[in-house]
Amino acid sequence: MTAKQLSVFIENRQGRLGEVLHVLKEHNINILSTSLADTTEYGLLRLIVNDPEAGRDALIDAGFSSMLADVLIIKVPHVAGGLQNVLELIAEKNVSVEYMYGLTAGGNDASIVIKTNELPLATEILAKAGITTLTYEDIAKMA
Amino acid sequence: MIFAKEETLSRAEIEKIQLERLKETVARVYEKVPPYRKKMEDAGLRPEDIRSLSDLSRLPFVTKQDLRDNYPFGLFAVPKEELLRIHASSGTTGKPTVVGYTKGDMDVWTECVSRIACAGGATSKDVAQICFGYGMFTGALGLHYGLENIGATIVPSSTGNSEKQIMFMKDFGTTLLVATPSYALRLAEVARGMGVDPKTDLNVKIGLVGSELLTDAMRDEMHKWWGDDMLVTSNYGMSELMGPGVSGECEYMDGMHINEDFFIPEIIDPETGEVLPEGEWGELVITCIKKEALPLIRYRTKDITRLTYEKCKCGRTTCRMANLSGRSDDMLKIRGVNVFPSQIEEVVLSVEGLGPHYEIIVEREGYSDKLTIRVELAQATDSFGVLERISGAVKNKLRVVLGLDAKIMLESPNTLARFEGKAKRVRDLRLK
Repeated sequence: MTAKQLSVFIENRQGRLGEVLHVLKEHNINILSTSLADTTEYGLLRLIVNDPEAGRDALIDAGFSSMLADVLIIKVPHVAGGLQNVLELIAEKNVSVEYMYGLTAGGNDASIVIKTNELPLATEILAKAGITTLTYEDIAKMA
Repeated sequence: MIFAKEETLSRAEIEKIQLERLKETVARVYEKVPPYRKKMEDAGLRPEDIRSLSDLSRLPFVTKQDLRDNYPFGLFAVPKEELLRIHASSGTTGKPTVVGYTKGDMDVWTECVSRIACAGGATSKDVAQICFGYGMFTGALGLHYGLENIGATIVPSSTGNSEKQIMFMKDFGTTLLVATPSYALRLAEVARGMGVDPKTDLNVKIGLVGSELLTDAMRDEMHKWWGDDMLVTSNYGMSELMGPGVSGECEYMDGMHINEDFFIPEIIDPETGEVLPEGEWGELVITCIKKEALPLIRYRTKDITRLTYEKCKCGRTTCRMANLSGRSDDMLKIRGVNVFPSQIEEVVLSVEGLGPHYEIIVEREGYSDKLTIRVELAQATDSFGVLERISGAVKNKLRVVLGLDAKIMLESPNTLARFEGKAKRVRDLRLK
């Protein structure tokens, strides 16, 4: 099961990140997790939010280049080796990870957000192994 | 449709008219315009020395500086009382250049614009929305009178208030748009933002674009936004010569037909001033042979183009000038390489994933020039690979076309300035 990630292109200019966050705040969008990757000239801000569609529309209206991407949000046991065990499962089947970042929602829960080019296969492997992936609804509930 | 029989004369017939009118004009300015008489005397010429069209090249050039030096009316060949209208250029650098029209000049202007509008597909059935700024600028009123003369319905909406422009287009059933190419694209963008698709929700089938050069890539972009069935033609003119109406494309879009019974074109080497043979690129020089108020002789336009005298498929026999490849004074010299902004535009427009707007920045870094191109993303992406491919494509193509390395800056949509008149896309910071 997949979830939607909100992706935004931002120029490396002072105040640009703040503008994105301002738009989301104005539209009452709650952010659960962020990842900011950058080059010298620009960056991509990736967000897990309670309402990704509304977030994308608000950002596009505000003049940003923004889109939704399908990602996997996988629940990982909060123990040493927890992440590796999960990743090994998919690596065995030659599914590679484009990028990933963490998501915590308090308590003992931990999750990772994964972007892969083999989304259906990865989903199937995880489902077979009985590993929980979070959906759109789960995320909305967390917020 | 061909508007006037003068557009289909044989070479001999047209040259006969040209020689007659040239002699008359030279004699008149020699007698009535002291700065002209002085120029001719300095060159050791008298009006009777002009016996054939080839003698034209013996006459001295006139430049924008001559107009400034004789501000406002020093080069006029008629008393001020005979003027019906005065226009002026914006004059961003120094004094504006002032031009005037007699009744006869107004009639010629109207005739010339009617011809080029007709060549661009206009008919009496068209509803023509003129999105050029009305005022001292010649573009709007020139097209206005020419189109009215054809019998088209004029919507003189001028520039600005783009939402209202779109509303007029929709509610009045506008079929013909007059604008700069960049403003036409801006209007399409605004329409989309209002939920109006110019292709399906509007009925604009003809675009008469001018005042800015129209590259092939820009024309493709026009079709992309306004629809493939839109006939987009460019036309040419400048206030010093008359305004719009000097030349314009026909439906074959293979060069702009010059109204040769009113204007004699020449192409010169901008460095040496030497006249170049047919087909070679160089600076366009125009002699006005039927102007009463301001008959400029051998006026250096600074526009770079080339000429062909081959008969066009449309049936017109007039000389055609290629769409401009730049202005000799727009040319940038970057690390010793001659760069026309139009070359950069072609590259930007050819890369998938970018919008049609761009900005060129030239700076001095140490002892070297640094070229930066700012472009806007037209498609959202979550992948650095895609972003790198886009900027890499611009960079590589520029290296091939110009032999220069440039820094490419990707920007969010709607970041770069939009223009209603002539686009200003170059920032040369080296001069400061």
